[in-house]
Amino acid sequence: MRKFLLVALLAPLAAFAAGGGYPLDRSPHDPRDLVSLQSGAHVFVNYCLGCHSAQYVRYQGLTGIGLSEAQIRDNLMFTADKIGEPMKGPMTIKEGKQWFGVAPPDLSVIARSRGADWLYTYLRTFYRDPKTVSGWNNAVFPNVAMPHALWMLQGERGLQVEVPKDGHGHVAYKWSEVSKGAQSVTEYDATVRDLVNFLVYVGEPHAASRKAIGVLTLFALGVLFVLAYLLKKEYWKDVH
Amino acid sequence: MGAQLRALWGWFDARMPSVAEQWKIHAANYYAPKNFNFWYFFGALSMLVLGIQIVSGIFLTMNYKPDASLAFGSVEYIMRDVPGGWLLRYIHSTGASAFFVVVYLHMFRGLLYGSYKQPRELVWIFGVLIYLTLMGEAFFGYLLPWGQMSYWGAQVIVNLFGTVPLIGPDLALWIRGDYVVSDATLNRFFALHVIAFPLVLLGLVVAHILALHDVGSNNPDGIEIKKTKGPDGHPLDGIPFHPYYTVKDLMGAVLFLAIFCFIMFFVPEVGGYFLEYNNFIPADPLKTPEHIAPVWYFTPFYSILRAVPPLFNSQFPGVMAMGIATMILFFLPWLDRSPVKSIRYRGVLYKSWLAAFVVVFLILGYLGTENTNVWGQFGFDAFFLDTKDIATWAARVCTLVYFLFFFLMPWYTARDKVLPVPERVTS
Repeated sequence: MRKFLLVALLAPLAAFAAGGGYPLDRSPHDPRDLVSLQSGAHVFVNYCLGCHSAQYVRYQGLTGIGLSEAQIRDNLMFTADKIGEPMKGPMTIKEGKQWFGVAPPDLSVIARSRGADWLYTYLRTFYRDPKTVSGWNNAVFPNVAMPHALWMLQGERGLQVEVPKDGHGHVAYKWSEVSKGAQSVTEYDATVRDLVNFLVYVGEPHAASRKAIGVLTLFALGVLFVLAYLLKKEYWKDVH
Repeated sequence: MGAQLRALWGWFDARMPSVAEQWKIHAANYYAPKNFNFWYFFGALSMLVLGIQIVSGIFLTMNYKPDASLAFGSVEYIMRDVPGGWLLRYIHSTGASAFFVVVYLHMFRGLLYGSYKQPRELVWIFGVLIYLTLMGEAFFGYLLPWGQMSYWGAQVIVNLFGTVPLIGPDLALWIRGDYVVSDATLNRFFALHVIAFPLVLLGLVVAHILALHDVGSNNPDGIEIKKTKGPDGHPLDGIPFHPYYTVKDLMGAVLFLAIFCFIMFFVPEVGGYFLEYNNFIPADPLKTPEHIAPVWYFTPFYSILRAVPPLFNSQFPGVMAMGIATMILFFLPWLDRSPVKSIRYRGVLYKSWLAAFVVVFLILGYLGTENTNVWGQFGFDAFFLDTKDIATWAARVCTLVYFLFFFLMPWYTARDKVLPVPERVTS
């Protein structure tokens, strides 16, 4: 009975793992790597903030990735005057709708809704597609409205999708190079890793202190449990 | 100083019900069976979570804005700029799920040991009312972060009321206060979540405990300990709730808090089950998400709703089934005809039905979080297959078992071969 219950409980997890679509790569981001976070912030303000915003993030909050207020002011603040201002780009929602058909989403919590793996794969799987309005398409997010913002770094690529004729087996994705970018494949992967690292950070800036407090709290509760257990044992020794 | 304090105490005692007397009735002189096991932690834990939710909720209210254009941002403001705000929010979001975990386990304890049976019918009925109120409380609260799942979840649930014949559309309109879920809906749900339902909940909890302490606690043997009293007039198998169960529940509470804190500090989203990923996208009335799933604690009933085929293009039969699935709990004390209370002395019939009930409840819960095509489709066609989704048919079978557990209960509990119940509790 007990074994059967366990199987019934775990079965959903196995089913959860299955799914269709382009296989996601595991994001190699590391929230403790401050250099990567700072470089990600740099990529973000240069390539993303032109259209997107991160309106729940204040520039001042970037002191959390090891930057001083002066460094933030000099290197990252292109569209804001005061350090306490939210990270908002110059583009309005109306303009976004006119130019791309949809307003570019705010990126404050994009890593929490999409997940790091999705972002890491998505930003590396743009390809040239003459059938779309922008001339770009994406393997993870088909017919995405956004053109490849980092194409000068990655270069242009083409994608051939081969679906097995009998409808079974794996779909094969064949990537080809159309033009070279400023960065090699390894360099570009590192750029995207840094950017994803930064997006994960701004998604939940207090994640690091959350875990640190968690360790302390669990330790304290562990000690308290031992005391509570001994107290209970002491009281209950005369119950038969 | 001591004498003065005692005089002050006496002054109060002479002018209101004696606190010392209440302490005696409900703790120091409340004799509880000495054989409570693991399952008996969850009543006290439910009260602990209620306290946690009320306190964290009060502080969240100080920073949250119940306004469709500000709500999502105010939650992010709490998560980022309010000192300790992220902790308050995670306490409250983890607490919501934890509440249902402990309440479901507490209710299951009732099924195991027949705690709803005579003379505790009223305790059980107050309990079911608490459960229903809690569902409302959770539903209203889930709209407040104003994410996509908040919004569309509320839209789907309110539309269920719209399926009621004749008055349906007006009823849904009345609940929403608008033709779609909107700012007006958010405002009223906020009011219901932070004051109306918590008040009802507190009142019901008091009634639940007063009723319990009047009839006395059941125990894993399902024996009335009041039947065997010692020369001092106290049950021989009873021990004073305080200090014995206060120290034991303290131990349980610390262990529970450790698990609670582990989730809250290390995996607050629990893989999208406690905090759904789509809820980090602001509510968009023009963009329906591909997959709308309620939070895990509602999914068994959501599965039942989806399993029942529509009639004359109306989902009302499914809504009825979902309503009956919860309301049937009220009748449990009278559906169960067994002469014994505890599973320990019941026969194979009840044990099998209860095991089946637990399994189908878990399967329904899982299926409710997924699309109906999660288990693929039947490879053949037949006239009776209105849908080929295997999961929908599985949910139908599970729904049938769910209802048969209750509807056949008078039959199988009366016919079950029960074991003799001992006079005194076993340890």
